[in-house]
Amino acid sequence: MQAPPNEVDVLVVGGGNAALCAAIAARRDGASVLVVEGAPKFYRGGNTRHTRNMRCAHDTATEHLTGPYTEAEFWDDLLRVTEGNTDEGLARFMIVQSKEMLTWIAEQGVRFQPSLGGTLSLGRTNSFFLGGGRAMLNALYRTAEELGVSVLYDAPVIGLDIDNGRFRSATIRMDGADHTVRAKALVVAAGGFEANIEWLKEGWGEPAENFLIRGTPYNRGDVLKMLLDSGVEAIGDPTQCHAVAIDARAPKFDGGIITRLDCVVFGIVVNKNAERFYDEGEDFWPKRYAIWGRLVAAQPEQIAYIVFDAKSLKMFMPSLFPPIEADCITGLANKLGLPVEAFEMTVSGFNAAVRQGSFDHTELDDCRTEGLTPPKSHWACPIDTAPFYAYPVRPGITFTYLGTRVDRDARMQMADGGASGNMFAAGEIMAGNVLGKGYAAGIGMTIGSVFGRIAGERAAKHARD
Amino acid sequence: MHATDHLKEAERLMTVCNSCRYCEGLCAVFPAMEMRRSFADGDLSYLANLCHNCGACHVDCQFAPPHEFDVNVPKTLAQVRADSYRAYAWPKAFQPLFDRNGLAISIIASLSIAGFILGFVVWHDPLVLTSGSGQFYRLMPHTVMAGLFGAVALYALLALAMGFRNFWTAIGANSVSAGSGTTLWQATKDAAGLRYLDGGGVGCYNEDEKPTDNRRLYHHLTFYGFLLCFAATTTGTVYHYVLDWPAPYGWTDLPKLFGIPGGIGLVVGPLGLLRAKLKREPEMVDRAKFGMDTAFLAMMFMTGLTGLALMVLRETPAMGIMLAIHLGVVFALFLTMPYGKFVHGFYRFGALALYAAERKAERSAKPGIPAS
Repeated sequence: MQAPPNEVDVLVVGGGNAALCAAIAARRDGASVLVVEGAPKFYRGGNTRHTRNMRCAHDTATEHLTGPYTEAEFWDDLLRVTEGNTDEGLARFMIVQSKEMLTWIAEQGVRFQPSLGGTLSLGRTNSFFLGGGRAMLNALYRTAEELGVSVLYDAPVIGLDIDNGRFRSATIRMDGADHTVRAKALVVAAGGFEANIEWLKEGWGEPAENFLIRGTPYNRGDVLKMLLDSGVEAIGDPTQCHAVAIDARAPKFDGGIITRLDCVVFGIVVNKNAERFYDEGEDFWPKRYAIWGRLVAAQPEQIAYIVFDAKSLKMFMPSLFPPIEADCITGLANKLGLPVEAFEMTVSGFNAAVRQGSFDHTELDDCRTEGLTPPKSHWACPIDTAPFYAYPVRPGITFTYLGTRVDRDARMQMADGGASGNMFAAGEIMAGNVLGKGYAAGIGMTIGSVFGRIAGERAAKHARD
Repeated sequence: MHATDHLKEAERLMTVCNSCRYCEGLCAVFPAMEMRRSFADGDLSYLANLCHNCGACHVDCQFAPPHEFDVNVPKTLAQVRADSYRAYAWPKAFQPLFDRNGLAISIIASLSIAGFILGFVVWHDPLVLTSGSGQFYRLMPHTVMAGLFGAVALYALLALAMGFRNFWTAIGANSVSAGSGTTLWQATKDAAGLRYLDGGGVGCYNEDEKPTDNRRLYHHLTFYGFLLCFAATTTGTVYHYVLDWPAPYGWTDLPKLFGIPGGIGLVVGPLGLLRAKLKREPEMVDRAKFGMDTAFLAMMFMTGLTGLALMVLRETPAMGIMLAIHLGVVFALFLTMPYGKFVHGFYRFGALALYAAERKAERSAKPGIPAS
């Protein structure tokens, strides 16, 4: 394996969208650049592997977007999903910058998918990568390597030498040997700590043992911890993570998009005691899917079951594992290992409470329950048509919010005041500046690209001056 | 239940892919998959023949090996595709020719060449074989040649048509208007341009994640080379019978104008395709079908090479033996057409026609996809 150089202009830690945008931008500005990715080549890119699109403001429809998405609308959406947990100045700055990203990212070889007439609800706001996130990564790596960026895989950073807010060198472990790399500037785009169960436990306690991690096992937050320990100012709730309910049969790590389930609104959700615990029809699924991870995490043993009947089977996107199926409610309870009597009572109680109207899953319809706690406010239909189905679900962790505070130059801020001399951050590790809470599809990639490019440019400028 | 392990694996993959759909913009396979929730053997044969093996979905897949989901669409569909050639071949008795196809085609080609050499010797003075007269029809009367090749071509056509009919029925193309003029025209355009052999727009993936592959170019050389050679033979036959103008023809006559570039295409194209095949990322390759694939390329190459050689050596004593080899190769090519990789063109065309029909029929909205 290739040994790292002793010294470069810009050292980029991480290997996803933000890291590669930084590396490309720095290299285009003349700096020598080394990218160190902790994961093996196949797993390079962290959560970028599993992304599909990015959200950029644009004033007119394009080849890939069905209509305009103004800066103002983007800001409104961000304000809504974060409930105000955002640095307005930085967020608005990012939104302005995002406009250029559509062209810039395409210039780096990334290709977008033509908007498919109406098949995707995000066709107006979000640009879809042709072939998905890994295709996007492949394009960025190809461009970076053609420009002369050096990339090392299986090369985790195990130590940072930071003196008074100034980066001097990093220790990289490769094949059991440690190498020290000095650099004039550092860009950290090494993601969050969602794959670090021990760290998650600090916020969640023992239930975190039952969490499934949607991305690779390499998102451990080790570099984030080193930075915070070296006096970099933290931002974002250290205990929070983006959690959705995913199929409980998914692998512990890296199940990605295909273990998601979009059927909560079509049925009821019960815990292991066969009790319902939340309004399944509170709002449209895209607005509610992100609360269900947290809801399931609060249930005994962090498991729940989405139960529905034959009427709903084909109303949602298929997922990886087939639903568990039975001819009667009792049979389903047995297959799921639920207390039979309690399950029968929950289903019959729900069925009796349904006030059926005209079902329409595209609007907040008038099918609801009456006199039931918790209620189901929309799309409530009796579960009465065999066969009956269920998906077991557990919390699936997508990303964490804790990160490093940055300014508009993507420069890390120090806890004791002032900015770091030569350290920059981009991507998930600083997403908490803009996205302190919630999520909007494709915004992680916007944060990564916009601040990655800025971090790379500023780092190269710093190395030059 | 599925008939083979390959079909079983293909169904597993289509279930994975149908819950991801990131590749839907790359080619026709994934949009066709999205129109289905379950995958019967016929559906999988359809999708397998719709796949042009560009490899883009493999390098783009976050679940490819070493990921535990072990998604390898190009390889699995290549296996199902090759199996489908055997499963639909007519008559059934000849289906085992696909089992060791490389060997079968080599033997048939060798016997065919030997047969022509022997025939020339038996029916003529062995000296005629090396006389250097430049006169083909002294070795084999034109009527005999035309009769023999006409008969084998008719047989090949019949067997290909019957096999295609089996495939067409199995993929369910009968039940939709896949045979209508507009869909056939769409399929013709898609096939003629190899629309889906472009890795989604940048070129195919062959050796690694860089889209550097030129298989589309080499395939065009092979395919259009073949068509030009076919046109050369056809015009020659018309000249002979209709215009009473027997060979040899001059450099500016149609048989030569078609035949020379055609022959060059048939030499260069298969070489390029073979080179790409040898350099292909092993993970995507179905090793078991290497014989079938290379036998087909070799037959195309030999047809082109012996045709050109015959033209060059026509006035030399090598002409006789060269003619026997060329006729032997072409005879074997026709005879084995329904029982080798040649059928891929027909099945892919059929799959493209069904896809065109399905796209036309697709009007209903799909469930929305929250992007998380």
